[in-house]
Amino acid sequence: MRPFLAACFLTLPSLALPGLAVAETPVLTVMTYDSFTSEWGPGPAIEKAFEEHCGCDLRFITGGDGAALLARLQLEGASSEADIVLGLDTNLTAQAQASGLFAPHGADPATALPIPYQDPLFLPYDWGWFAFVYDKTRTAMPPEDFRALGDSDLKIVIQDPRSSTPGLGLLMWVKAAYGDQAPDIWAGLSDNILTVTPGWSEAYGLFLEGEADMVLSYSTSPAYHRLAEQDDSKDWVEFAEGHYLQIEVAGLLASSKQPELAREFLTFTQSPAFQSVIPETNWMYPAASQTLPEGFETHRPAKSLLLGADEALEARATALTEWQAALGR
Amino acid sequence: MFRLDNLVLAQKDFRLTADWSIRPGAKVAVIGPSGAGKSSLLAAIAGFYQPVSGRVWLDQRDLTALPPGERPLSVLFQDQNLFPHLTLAQNLGLGIRPDLRLSAEDHRRIDAALERVQLQGLGKRKPAEISGGQASRAALARVLLRARPLLLLDEPFAALGPALKSGMLDLLAEVAAESHATVLMVTHDPGDALQFADETVLVADGVAHPPAATAALFSSPPEALAAYLGR
Amino acid sequence: MASRPRSLGAGAISAGLLALILGPIAAVAFHAGGLSLGAADLAALRFTLLQASLSALISAALAVPVAKALARRRFPGRGLLITLMGAPFLLPVIVAVMGLITVFGQAGWINSLGQSLGLPRISIYGLHGVLIAHVFLNLPLAVRMILQGWLSIPAERFRLGQSLGFTPRDIARHIERPMLAQLLPGVLASIFAICLTSFAVALTLGGGPAATTLELAIYQAIRFEFDLAHAAGLALLQTGLGAVAALLAWQLAGMRAGPGAGLDRPSALMPPTGWRRIADGFWLIFAAAFLLLPLTAMALKGLPGLTALPASVWPAALRSVTVALISAFLTVTLGMILVGAVARGGARWIEFSAVLPLAASGMVLGIGLFLLVRPWIGPAQLALPVTLLVNVLMALPFVYRLLITPARNLEADYGRLAASLGLVGFARIRLLTWPRMAAPIGFSAGLSAALSMGDLGVIALFAAPDQVTLPLLVQHLLGAYRIQAAAGAALVLVALSFALFWLLDAGGRYVQAR
Repeated sequence: MRPFLAACFLTLPSLALPGLAVAETPVLTVMTYDSFTSEWGPGPAIEKAFEEHCGCDLRFITGGDGAALLARLQLEGASSEADIVLGLDTNLTAQAQASGLFAPHGADPATALPIPYQDPLFLPYDWGWFAFVYDKTRTAMPPEDFRALGDSDLKIVIQDPRSSTPGLGLLMWVKAAYGDQAPDIWAGLSDNILTVTPGWSEAYGLFLEGEADMVLSYSTSPAYHRLAEQDDSKDWVEFAEGHYLQIEVAGLLASSKQPELAREFLTFTQSPAFQSVIPETNWMYPAASQTLPEGFETHRPAKSLLLGADEALEARATALTEWQAALGR
Repeated sequence: MFRLDNLVLAQKDFRLTADWSIRPGAKVAVIGPSGAGKSSLLAAIAGFYQPVSGRVWLDQRDLTALPPGERPLSVLFQDQNLFPHLTLAQNLGLGIRPDLRLSAEDHRRIDAALERVQLQGLGKRKPAEISGGQASRAALARVLLRARPLLLLDEPFAALGPALKSGMLDLLAEVAAESHATVLMVTHDPGDALQFADETVLVADGVAHPPAATAALFSSPPEALAAYLGR
Repeated sequence: MASRPRSLGAGAISAGLLALILGPIAAVAFHAGGLSLGAADLAALRFTLLQASLSALISAALAVPVAKALARRRFPGRGLLITLMGAPFLLPVIVAVMGLITVFGQAGWINSLGQSLGLPRISIYGLHGVLIAHVFLNLPLAVRMILQGWLSIPAERFRLGQSLGFTPRDIARHIERPMLAQLLPGVLASIFAICLTSFAVALTLGGGPAATTLELAIYQAIRFEFDLAHAAGLALLQTGLGAVAALLAWQLAGMRAGPGAGLDRPSALMPPTGWRRIADGFWLIFAAAFLLLPLTAMALKGLPGLTALPASVWPAALRSVTVALISAFLTVTLGMILVGAVARGGARWIEFSAVLPLAASGMVLGIGLFLLVRPWIGPAQLALPVTLLVNVLMALPFVYRLLITPARNLEADYGRLAASLGLVGFARIRLLTWPRMAAPIGFSAGLSAALSMGDLGVIALFAAPDQVTLPLLVQHLLGAYRIQAAAGAALVLVALSFALFWLLDAGGRYVQAR
């Protein structure tokens, strides 16, 4: 019993008092989503690389996913302890801008996006295409657009737009591709949707379990299986309508007490030290020119879709109502 | 001297008053129709039941506000006088120190008390392993150890056979005499009262009447008692 | 009287509980400047009520024959079966769902078997899937609560029945049914309230937005609409439903007396023969298969992942175990103070406050606490206390239910004797409460420890990256495509939860039997 108790007391302080930082070094606080800072995310490598040349302590605080970050930020307002928010996407930036909490980042725009994107407040650090991922050994001829998917017998798993960023991405994808006809597409898809999960990981898990033929994920998802597991059985199917983009951005909070250091970090996000970590930790495309790891991509969609930030915000409520009506049965 | 000073018990449509005293060392039976409030009266004296008004006195000491465990009295209930998870010795030990931190001398006293009620050698048994009569004797042994000036009994031997009960009443009388205790015993059996009690309190019609000499009371019973006795 | 100080303590705890449930909602509403509900919430309310009522009814209906069979049959491995059958309740929701899908899913065991026999495919997705999952998660709780009721009937009662020539039917009518009438409303209300807050299960197995629960509507209000007033309105509605369920349970159960004291003689429940024997066998096999197959599936899935476990599993596990043990200690301590006060005739709102947390919205609770503490202390500093607080809050209703009946019986049977002997304070705990209640206390401690182990809860909202607990680590692995390692870590999590539960439960039973 005694060694166990001792172990408990040794762990307790680390639970209660995270990072007793040395008082002299400045601390830069970055608020980001959970998976960014996990052991397998980009966080640890990026923290190390940035601390090597900033003479500062880079501290992450986490909260759920992109939408949760924005919700938390709106709760905290100008009193947030964060200097930087990293992990919003373009479906959220209009709302983020309207909050008035962000200051111009002043950095050069990202150079390696498939479409031009410039925003004085938000700086992209990675991006990817939403895509349906399937198993080549189970599905030989996947449908190549939404209508064909709707006509097929294939089962898909998607995420709920109310609780998941990819789920919201799919909503925007169908809206960007079909506009007013989106309800028809959803009606066609409704009998293909096996189920709707709260988040990406539940959906992807169901797909890997063999529950569904396809799952809504990213065109970069098969790269994980190829590179990390030497498994070439997963691929994504290109849709004729084009693929909706997720561009993940970072922003500087106007309330930051150290805007210089924060801007230094934002510039750093575009550097090779940051960008080279992205492909094999976040499994997304880097936002700056960067040699991709061997086998990272096999093909690219011919067409990218993206609603502007304001468009996305405007379309959101209608798109959700249509989605609920079509799938509500 | 034990005294009930204008004691009033009330609950919903039940009401009972008592205003009398008993001389030290007396053995008093409490008798009356069921539902009249015999047990409530005992519970109020023991501290389980807060009276609406009035006081309970023992030897110039006001007991009314004391918690049950701090009252200078012992109680024997109809059943459940022993904790089934404790041995007889431990159950007796509670009468010396409720926290059971007992000295060697305490253990000797427990053994002596067990012997006094003819339970010698059974100290390690648990209540489930002895008979009902033995359990009653063990409870009496604890009364002996507690040696409180007042002893309350609520039909304690009702479940025992006539011969066993009679023996138990004798033992009770001895125990009471040895600890110089005043005894108040609720019973429904006039025989118990006649055998054991010098005086009897009749509880009927909302009143606990002052103690009266038992023999006299039963030979010319008042109306309520006559009805109860079926005469 | 002597119990007054204790009642005061219990009153303070109850007031604290109510403040902890309603305070965060008030904080959110205050921050948003109001409460609101919309017409669309009616659908969410309807679905929530439907699934929660059905889940509660089915769980309780199945639990009665299973508990009865367990109570009156003796067979090798019975104790192990009882313990194992409790496990699903302790599973983190996502792990439970994955286990169920391995058995009942499209590509699951049952469908594979069915296909080889030429049967049509069954689908687990839909309202029935939600119900299967909720029954899977809550049947163990119902069985344990009811089984405890059965075992708390003193042997003398059954012996009396036998002496009067009671048939099993008469026993059911005169002895068992009164016990069930006292117990079932609480069982139903507890499961109903747990299912009220369902979100991940309802959505994943519900098959689409038709399966929108109030908790999901709260997510929508917070993340999609940024409408905190709406979130607070929904949270109040959800908590209100839980309160109504608790009040109803009260009315139905009343304050019946316990089954009465016995002499601790071994139970003399005579197992009837004939068709009842076959029926009992059926229920036992059914429950064991239904509850243990998904557990087996999960274990089989997790075994290969054990080789892929990251080293960080162990510090995370230690952190989780530490939090779980502290939570268990706090929960049982608070629970004992509350049941002690109620058993001694304390105010009924104490009982009410102990049941209410079941229906609290995790999301709103987290945000509300966040809003309340943030002006004073950084959320990361409070990760541990807040996690403990929420764990205690979530486990307390169960612990309360488990402890209240033994506490009432204890008070009814020995309260006066103890009081007359001056057995109070610590001596009373040591000599009376502990030896007579060690089994339910151990069970409660095991349950709260395991619940705390599996809880992802608000730690996600408060934790800093270096405070990863085991459930959070599983989440991280899943989010990083490492499904196999996640299954391995989930297995470690479940094994640890279960080991904690078993140690505390068996320890308690050992002490009480001694």
